[in-house]
Order: sequence, then C-alpha cells, then structure tokens
Amino acid sequence: MRSCVLLACVPDTASVIKLGAAGNRIDEAGIKWVISPYDEFALEEAVRIKEAGSGHVTVISYGPDRVQATLRDGLARGADAAVQVTGGETTFGNALAIARVLAAAIRKLGGFDLVWAGVKGVGSDNSLVGAMVAELCDLPHVSGVLKAEFGGGKVVAHREVDGGMEVIEAPLPCVLTAQKGLNEPRYPSLKGIMASKKAAIQTMSVADLGLDEAALAGAGCRWRSLALPPAKGGGMILNGETDPAAAARELARLLREQAKVI
Amino acid sequence: MAGILCVIEQRDGTIRRASLQALSQAARLTAPTGAAVTAVLVGHGVSGLAPSLGGYGASRVLVADELRFARYTPEAYAAAIQAAAALVVPQAVFMSATTVGRDLAGRLAARLGVDCLADVVKVWLEEDAVVAVRPVYSGKALATVDGGSSSPVVVTLRPNVFAVEPIAAAGTVEPLSVPEVAVRAVVREVVAKESGELDVAEADIVVSGGRGMKAPENLALVRDLAHAMGAAVGASRAIVDAGWIDHAYQVGQTGKVVSPTLYLACGISGAIQHLAGMSSSKIIVAINKDPEAPIFKAADYGIVGDALQVLPALTAEVKRLKAEG
Repeated sequence: MRSCVLLACVPDTASVIKLGAAGNRIDEAGIKWVISPYDEFALEEAVRIKEAGSGHVTVISYGPDRVQATLRDGLARGADAAVQVTGGETTFGNALAIARVLAAAIRKLGGFDLVWAGVKGVGSDNSLVGAMVAELCDLPHVSGVLKAEFGGGKVVAHREVDGGMEVIEAPLPCVLTAQKGLNEPRYPSLKGIMASKKAAIQTMSVADLGLDEAALAGAGCRWRSLALPPAKGGGMILNGETDPAAAARELARLLREQAKVI
Repeated sequence: MAGILCVIEQRDGTIRRASLQALSQAARLTAPTGAAVTAVLVGHGVSGLAPSLGGYGASRVLVADELRFARYTPEAYAAAIQAAAALVVPQAVFMSATTVGRDLAGRLAARLGVDCLADVVKVWLEEDAVVAVRPVYSGKALATVDGGSSSPVVVTLRPNVFAVEPIAAAGTVEPLSVPEVAVRAVVREVVAKESGELDVAEADIVVSGGRGMKAPENLALVRDLAHAMGAAVGASRAIVDAGWIDHAYQVGQTGKVVSPTLYLACGISGAIQHLAGMSSSKIIVAINKDPEAPIFKAADYGIVGDALQVLPALTAEVKRLKAEG
C-alpha cells in the first residue's frame, strides 16, 4: 500500500496565542511548531499499514521552511519520503488554495493508494482540506475515521456521526481523514530522529505544480483581522467546602433566577 | 443581491434544529434587501417536511426526495446541492457546522471551485463579500474572514449560536432534479448510539466531568445531573486519555468544540486545551476543589468544593426545581 500523509505545521496546542503586528495573524515569537495532532493519527495509521504488510509512506507539507522540521518529525515517526511544497505565506488559512496545491502535488507524485490527513488542522480549524483534496483529485473520501480495514482493493472505515457510528466502504485510491481514537501515535525513536536529520527532503514550488499562488490566494478565504476573545472574570464563586449541599442549592437558585438557564 | 441557499439537514424524519438556526440567520441577513432565501432538502421520504421551512424564512424550497439520498453520502449530497446552486445562483450557501455539514462543505466547495468559511459564529453580507467571524486556534482567537472572489461562498454556521425565528410566511415547494453521479464511498451500516443520548456538540446544556471525579464509576454523578437537566455529557481530555469514557464525549481542542447555553465543568481544572473547546458557552459553571484552578477564571458561577459531594446535592435541587415547574 502506497500512502501519502498531508501534514499541517501548527502551533502546539498548549501555546498561548497572542496577536501579531500585522493585525490578521498571530505573533509567532516563542511558538513551538508541531505536526497538527490529528495528522499524527493519520501518519501513525499509514505507518502501521506499511508495517503490517508492505508499502511506502510519503509525507507532504505545504508551507515555509519551518515545515521542514514537521516533515523530519514525520520521517522520524516512520515515513519513508518527505516532500515540501514551498510558499504558503499568502494562502494562509485559505483551505481552497491549500487543497489545490496539495491535490496538484499528489497528482504530480502519483501512484498513491491512500491519501491520509487529519480530520482538522488545529489552528485554522477549517476541517475542509481532506474532502477538498478528494474532490479535486476525483477520489472518494471518508472523514473522521476511527477504524480502517483494507482488502480486495477496498477500505471499510468506521466513522463517528451525530447520533451513532457509520461503516463506510470505498474503493481505493481513497482519501481518509483521521479522528482521535484511531490509534495511539508513537513517539519518534532516537534512531528515527537521527536518520531523519540526514534524510533528503524533496522540494517543489507552487509554480512547479503549474499553479499561481497569487491567483490562488485571491480566490479563497482571507483573514481580514484577528482578535482575542473578550476576557471573562468576576464570576460568582461560592464556597462549597463546609456545606456542599447549601452551595449546590444556592447555585441552582442563581442558575434559575439570575442566569435563567434552568 | 443573489440571495442565500440554505442546506437543510434532517435525521429520522425531523429537521435538525441547527439547520433552522442557519435558515433563520439567512432570513435575517436578507430581510433588509429582500433577497431570496431558498432552502434545499435532500433525503428520502422527506417531502412532507418541506412546507414547514417557509415558516423560517425560505421563500422557495427545493426537495431532492429519492431513494439514492436515503443516507448521507458526501458525493451524492454535494451533487444535489450543486444542482440547487446552479438553479439559484446564490451569493452564499449556508449550512450548519454539524458532522454532516462540515464533511459536506469541503466536498461541495471544491466542486463549485469556491472556498468555505467554516464554523462561523457571526456572519453578514457586504455588497461584494460574505464576511464572518470564526473561532480559530480552537477559540483562543477570533478571525474576521471573507470569502475572497469565491462565488458563492460556502458558510457553515456553528450550532447553537444563531437564534431560530419562526415567521408568519410560507414558501413554494419544488422538486429538485439531480443528475446521476457515481457514489464510491457508500454507507454499509449505521450503528446508532444508545437512544436518548444527546450529542455534546449540539446540546443546549452540557455537563462535563474531569479528573476531579476521581474514578470512572463516579461519572454516574455527572450523568445523573445531565439527565436531571436534560443535558448532554462531556468529558475532559484527561479522563478520555485515561480510558474512563469514549473520545466522542471529549470537549476541547482535540475533541468537540461546544457553545451551549449552559456548560457545567465538574472536577475539571481548565487546561488551555479544554478552555479552547468550551469558552464560547453562554454561561459557564465550574465545580472544583482547587480555588486556583484556571476554570474559575472562565466561569460565570462556581463552587469551590468537592464535585463528588456537590453533584448529588445539585442534582437533587435541580430535580426539585423542575418538579416545582
């Protein structure tokens, strides 16, 4: 099975987000960049499929040079090859442009049975790129996969939906996006880390893919401005240490009479 | 102004409330200009639901009622919405950011060659733009975004944020003709959840448990309170990772992002990961032993105390108040 895994390079989920000077981006100072957590599940599954049989895993990331560390992390976790599509400064947060670039890279590299991505890239939080890539590559997709089994040129995938679980069958090649619960990603081994440092990363530009980044940027979502959510504070905090039952009664009264929510 | 096409989701013969929220918002936005709101309803055996949509602002309802649409598949549903968009030529396509909506939006947008503003909490129309505010970095920041030159702009609206507004009006109902399309990813089986359980992402009230519940069996106290309040159950990442409860219940940056009217965090300290998933809730209540827990900074109301002692008393009091009416 030949897989490619789309890796988004995002701020670590423990990061404190501050506004940058540009007004529509975060302040990147001090941010630790990581593989988007859902992409880790996708990568782990692709590597397990390879280990269970045979195959090859390519990680692809679109972005500036910091994605090289993301790709090396992917290699350290078991990927065999890494591809950087350079650029991405003007198409930030623009799911359509990102999907068009990634779909073009997937077509150019060719020969994949499976395209994996996370169900969501934490950061832009769009949850769009996987399904968009599928449509642009004319492939079926299953999003939010919790379990996947392969055989006879098909995948049978389980996904959580509102109100239950769906079992979906699709022919390969197919796009799958990973949900938390699919697996428990491994930590990179020391040997893997050492090897990944020396590995070659193939690079291609958006122009190499026959696309124009400026035109892509104009066609999709633009971030006009960024703000921090209004700070809360001054909540009414009751002491429930000595008489928990009295505090509970008072809380219920406040929720009913003051907040009017129960 | 070309108006708004609103995708209506139904489940088991009932229109989802989240879809009515999106439809009402479309009606509010077009009211000043008189631009049309068209609803599109896709499914099997759903035609009977169509006339009611006029009462939420749809002046026209397009219905694709065929066996091939009995179950949601992104390929077939995207083709149906595309056919509706070709008829209406709207400025925007609205749908709710449910699991189905979020899956469908990407496929549809790419098919139309346009972008999507995902999971928005505010949306408005400008002359040449669809503009929205959406939480990013899991709610740690709010981005004001527009759809660039995309036409139409696909927009998914976060459930529970926009009000449902019934109006005294009726819409015309028309069948929608959808070309045959290859559906490659097919649903083989649907395993329903325990009946009566509410989805955490859509519930009006959410009661969540965390590490402070001390043991998996104590989550029964969380469930009891949720049951008494008519609420959904949620969980912190810590207890999901510890295997106390399934990930489907997790609220936070790597779980569900929720914005209910009332969110109760029981024995949850309020790691930034968790706050990211629930801080847009309207009223937040924290019950935690540690007065320094970060959750209290986000809370409108709180009790410093042991959740194991507070919850049974709170459940009893809620039941008593409900019985009083």
